[in-house]
Amino acid sequence: MKAFLILEDGTVFEGTHIGADKEIISEIVFNTSMAGYLEVLTDPSYAGQAVTMTYPLIGNYGICREDMESTKPWLDGFIVRELSRKPSNFRCDISIQDFLFEHDIPGIAGIDTRALTKLLREKGTMNGMITTREYSDLQEVLPRLKAYTTGKVVEKVTCREKYVVEEVTDLSENRPLAGAARFDKEKWLAGKREQRPSLVRELNGKGLHVALMDFGAKANIAKSLAARGCRVTVYPALTSAEEILKDAPDGIMLSNGPGDPKECVSIIQEIKKLYRTDIPIFAICLGHQLMALATGADTYKLKYGHRGGNHPVKDLATGRVYISSQNHGYVVDTEKLDPRVAVPSFCNVNDGTNEGLAYSGKNVFTVQFHPEACPGPQDSGYLFDRFIDMMRRAKAGDQVDAAAVYGARNERMSQTKPSPVTQPATGAGAAQITEGEVR
Amino acid sequence: MPKNPNVKRVMVIGSGPIVIGQAAEFDYAGTQACRSLKEEGVEVILVNSNPATIMTDRDIADKVYIEPLTVKVLEQIIEKEKPDSILPTLGGQAGLNLGMELEESGFLTKHNVTLLGTTAATIRNAEGRQEFKDLMERIGEPCAASKVVETVEDGVAFTETIGYPVVLRPAYTLGGSGGGIAHNQTELEEILENGLRLSRVGQVLVERCIAGWKEIEYEVMRDSAGNCITVCNMENIDPVGVHTGDSIVVAPSQTLSDKEYQMLRTSALKIISELKITGGCNVQFALHPTSFEYCVIEVNPRVSRSSALASKATGYPIAKVAAKIALGYHLDEIKNAITKKTYASFEPALDYCVVKIPRLPFDKFITAKRTLTTQMKATGEVMSICDNFEGALMKAIRSLEQHVDCLRSYDFSHLTAEELRERLAVVDDQRIWVIAEALRKGLSQEEIHEITKIDLWFIDKLAILTEMEHALETQELTAELLKEAKRMEFPDNVIARLSGRKEKEIQELRYANGIRAVYKMVDTCAAEFAAATPYYYSVYGGECEAERTSGRKKVLVLGSGPIRIGQGIEFDYCSVHATWAFAKAGYETIIINNNPETVSTDFDIADKLYFEPLTVEDVRSIVDIEKPDGAVVQFGGQTAIKLAQGLMEMGVPILGTQAKDVDAAEDRELFDEILEQTHIPRAAGGTVYTAEEAKAVANRLGYPVLVRPSYVLGGQGMQIAISDSEIEEFMAVINRIAQDHPILVDKYLMGKEIEVDAVCDGTDILIPGIMEHIERTGVHSGDSISVYPAHTIGKLVKDKITDYTEKLAKALHVKGLINIQFIAIGEDVYVIEVNPRSSRTVPYISKVTGIPIVDLATEVIIGKTIRELGYEPGLQPEAKYYAIKMPVFSFEKIRGAEISLGPEMKSTGECLGIARTFNEALYKAFLGSGVNLPKYRNMIMTVKDADKGEAIEIGRRFEKLGYTIYATRSTAAALNEAGVKARKVNKISQESPTVMDLILGHKIDVVIDTPTQGRDKHRDGFLIRRTAIETGVNVITAMDTARALVSSLENKAQSEELELVDIAKL
Repeated sequence: MKAFLILEDGTVFEGTHIGADKEIISEIVFNTSMAGYLEVLTDPSYAGQAVTMTYPLIGNYGICREDMESTKPWLDGFIVRELSRKPSNFRCDISIQDFLFEHDIPGIAGIDTRALTKLLREKGTMNGMITTREYSDLQEVLPRLKAYTTGKVVEKVTCREKYVVEEVTDLSENRPLAGAARFDKEKWLAGKREQRPSLVRELNGKGLHVALMDFGAKANIAKSLAARGCRVTVYPALTSAEEILKDAPDGIMLSNGPGDPKECVSIIQEIKKLYRTDIPIFAICLGHQLMALATGADTYKLKYGHRGGNHPVKDLATGRVYISSQNHGYVVDTEKLDPRVAVPSFCNVNDGTNEGLAYSGKNVFTVQFHPEACPGPQDSGYLFDRFIDMMRRAKAGDQVDAAAVYGARNERMSQTKPSPVTQPATGAGAAQITEGEVR
Repeated sequence: MPKNPNVKRVMVIGSGPIVIGQAAEFDYAGTQACRSLKEEGVEVILVNSNPATIMTDRDIADKVYIEPLTVKVLEQIIEKEKPDSILPTLGGQAGLNLGMELEESGFLTKHNVTLLGTTAATIRNAEGRQEFKDLMERIGEPCAASKVVETVEDGVAFTETIGYPVVLRPAYTLGGSGGGIAHNQTELEEILENGLRLSRVGQVLVERCIAGWKEIEYEVMRDSAGNCITVCNMENIDPVGVHTGDSIVVAPSQTLSDKEYQMLRTSALKIISELKITGGCNVQFALHPTSFEYCVIEVNPRVSRSSALASKATGYPIAKVAAKIALGYHLDEIKNAITKKTYASFEPALDYCVVKIPRLPFDKFITAKRTLTTQMKATGEVMSICDNFEGALMKAIRSLEQHVDCLRSYDFSHLTAEELRERLAVVDDQRIWVIAEALRKGLSQEEIHEITKIDLWFIDKLAILTEMEHALETQELTAELLKEAKRMEFPDNVIARLSGRKEKEIQELRYANGIRAVYKMVDTCAAEFAAATPYYYSVYGGECEAERTSGRKKVLVLGSGPIRIGQGIEFDYCSVHATWAFAKAGYETIIINNNPETVSTDFDIADKLYFEPLTVEDVRSIVDIEKPDGAVVQFGGQTAIKLAQGLMEMGVPILGTQAKDVDAAEDRELFDEILEQTHIPRAAGGTVYTAEEAKAVANRLGYPVLVRPSYVLGGQGMQIAISDSEIEEFMAVINRIAQDHPILVDKYLMGKEIEVDAVCDGTDILIPGIMEHIERTGVHSGDSISVYPAHTIGKLVKDKITDYTEKLAKALHVKGLINIQFIAIGEDVYVIEVNPRSSRTVPYISKVTGIPIVDLATEVIIGKTIRELGYEPGLQPEAKYYAIKMPVFSFEKIRGAEISLGPEMKSTGECLGIARTFNEALYKAFLGSGVNLPKYRNMIMTVKDADKGEAIEIGRRFEKLGYTIYATRSTAAALNEAGVKARKVNKISQESPTVMDLILGHKIDVVIDTPTQGRDKHRDGFLIRRTAIETGVNVITAMDTARALVSSLENKAQSEELELVDIAKL
């Protein structure tokens, strides 16, 4: 069946219909990851958006349900060049076609995704419609597209009730099954349990207690903590600070999530309260932006965002560069940052935008990228260790001044992306990119 | 960190002659690195024995030594040039080993020379078998478990701990005999017992069997600050068991989920960090297909063939970045030259699929086994890019130039389903064609997967292609169906064949329906950033990113496709120089080529690069968009020449010599006419199509005769026949492939073979020099030792050659390059062959005479005259140096290949020896080709009767050098009779010790074995030659070569010191 992608500038792509048979209007974004489409599909941060995969061959290894980053896909629609006819992987449960259908996600295949990506790059993120209806008069559609906003999506994707994550298996446990000719899932799982890292075995969820604020958290955040022996209590986004503090966590984790951070007015109020305590806080993506807003900084929208698994970020304290997994459309404006509150700790090597903050006199640090990976590189997983260390020291009465330890080492390094109106910065670490962000 | 200020003079070690496993990719890497170093103001001293490379050009490096790559020579150069550092990681394994030897002997420390990039300790950790295993164990990265055992009990006990199946490799048996794979204890005990008995030292290596696992590679970069990235990963379609150089490879990986992808990526980064590599590195993994178990197969701590492929597949210039890292830069300080916005610390994102197919030499070695193993056999490779796998595969297939254009090109339709099942188990270069036939015959995908272990995803893709074949055969050819076939890159001629129409009709139907190729850009970032470098590939459907540029005159330079025996790196050298010369003259340049190993496909050589197959249809699609003002075909070897006719039909003017004149040189009758007009003699002959006709011509001329197809390069299919039965045999071989052109049968003339390359501007010619071959006619010119200047011919002959060259060039209306081969018999000169195009000897003669003939030819093509370019026409004065080009072979890599030399070319590469005296040049040339004698001063001679006279003279000279000569019965008799002491050895069939035992004893320096006529594979001679080659003994099959070798050894006996020559100063 024919399907159409109509963009708010009037561009129409004709392709083949995939997934659920329904018409959607959404914000169209692109992701450059070459593998990990299932993690993209199930990342709650994509709520309110339809995602284009720039890699043309999608669905090659089908759907391995255990890799899902949440209970279901949250995005509105899925746009691909080609869906594989044959899913091939030993863990594959169902095909991506069936998965989209099962979860009522519509999509379009067979369009020139590269042309679409270039369009989004040149004109910025646009709203669009995926439909199987042939509109003879686009004017009927375009005003509706222009009017679309993602709105308050955090409330939609957060968990309904608090729950606890204690036991976890992770990748490092996928250790050899010597000599097995065929895959035996039972044996494999048994092996996984047996070979779990000693830390997990010893602590078995009796380690540090982390409160994870779920703004649309990817499953691997809690897993990354649990794999380090933590007991993780996950709270709905609208939980009050008091309720969290009542459970006396050793540390607080603010998760990733969808939408414009400035929409989360009441959450920001609660974060302010959490900030005032001495409890160590680590935040990722939306959590990072919310913490910045809660402490007086500002955020703005990037022209077309960062979504992919190949973005270099520079640790401004050490000068080291890590390849990171990213998914964000908004970014913290470092121009308006008060160094008495926070200093940059990471920047994006490509465009110099902020990728992390370290708070002055507080054991609070936050990053824009995704150390939990899934999909994407695992290079920055060490940040969870940093958080564990911070919690242990706090427990021992030792407060870390994050800005002093993890913040930019000198003025040159802290000079990251300037505000949109000024000239781009020059020098190492800041690219000559003329991206022209939209506020 | 910015550039290290202490690095001012860097010595770069090249990889030497092209052999299988070490080919053009190192010229590409070396050239890129040298340019990158010079860009930073560093003085580059280059050493490489291979004259056919671009890296040995005087504009690439400041000092150029085309000298043998030995430790001694390098030490001499270091003493002379006093570099402050050396960069050994760009010259393949050869360069790396030399760098290590210099470091380990303490020579570098003594002379204050720093090893740039990766340190010696790192190289030892990565290359040493045990060191590497220990290191992997330390960091918890798995290698395939293995153990050397001496009893069956130990073997069984060890296997219990690692699990079945296991591979068993007995130590010290020839060709791995006695080994095998054991799937259970019974098999294990049986094979182990036998293996232990066969092994001379009673040891067998028991190793976890990982054959059939997925083979995945990662290309990783790391800087001195510890920042690391992966440039790309690649998946071999052929599972573990086939060398990655012989596998069909796809990038990025297709069948890995993010979990597997990141698990291996993390492991690769961990390994490169632990090894502390600074620069590029390649990590190969075996991944269990149905679990997360993996093991590290190998790490290459240097740029490699895979890194060249990864560079071309992603647009990320690995060698260039590695050179900058060696100078001290960090990844985030190096700009990405394609986007000019991002940095080298950005991981490329692909929005297309890349397929690489190896170019295997079985068309040259028809007696060789086609089986693919862990020993690489490919001489070259092709790469293709498309937005779908099917299309990329179809494009790669037709890029091979092996008479294949679809999955039906090798016909297995005569096999039954049962036979196909058996055939599927054979791992060779035709396997995907066998799978396609199996699918057509209804074998299930699962069954094919069970036998081949190839992932189902790839098998399904092959099924999609066979389904399309079927649809084209059985369904009406609607616009929809045509569109889908083109999306999968079915070429028009295949669609025509399948649908029973004419190719022209298909083309018209396409154009009428707007089905045309469009071009997408390789930009390293999946369109996330605007790219500044036009590097294109075609797809069907969608927006076209290639724009017709105008303003400047525009020229299309056609590349030479994959490297194969007979058409090597020389033609890439010519294409690149022509491109640069056109650019200098103000032209906009466009290159079309499909070889990922070459300099010509680097993104900054031409103004635009189209990475596409070199067929008429693919070229036409580009011409439709670019509308070039002209095309040059004379630099791209036979690949480009073949496209001349098609280009003219498209209305693209051929710049330089016209297609009809190229034809005139190849067409027997037209060429005879020209010879008659110009009064130039040639060997009598005739053109034939059938064996009957051939025999008639041969009997008229009298045997021996030369039989060969026309329009081929490297003498493919060329043979000397001495009887009717041989004619029948050779004609059958040639006619295996339908011939578009007649076959030539010529009287075989024995004499001195002479070769010239010349530039002709229509009026005048310029001959940089005359080259003479050491071997008499009958050995292909590419396999002969070539000497410049020709020192054994007199002025009269030289004058005749100059005169004939001028006449022929004019008669053929040559504008640009011409290559002519002559035979001189006494004072008579006959023409053998005329090629109005660039040749194999062009880079060599350019370098040794200092006359840049490709540049001159390009200027002439543009319209300048030789006089305007500042040259006096005619034969140029001789240089003060002797320069000798020595062929280099890769016989030990191709099991079952006949190694004796003949009219068909067999060498894969060449090296140069340059010196003031003939003998020293000869010695250097032998040394450069790996003949480093004497060692044990033992030799074997077994020559045919006609050669016995010369054998006596040569034997006497070897004897004087202290050699002990062993000889087979009649040779020994002849030698002893003449007073040359020779010990008689038995033939293989006789009782021990035989000639074979001698060779296997590893104490023999050289075997001189001239084969009797006829091509019987089972003769003693064949076995002797193969065994010698496989045990690393030098084998010489022509008396002239033997004489040259003894001369060079006599020279060595006189003086040990070699005089070094800086080519850049010639």
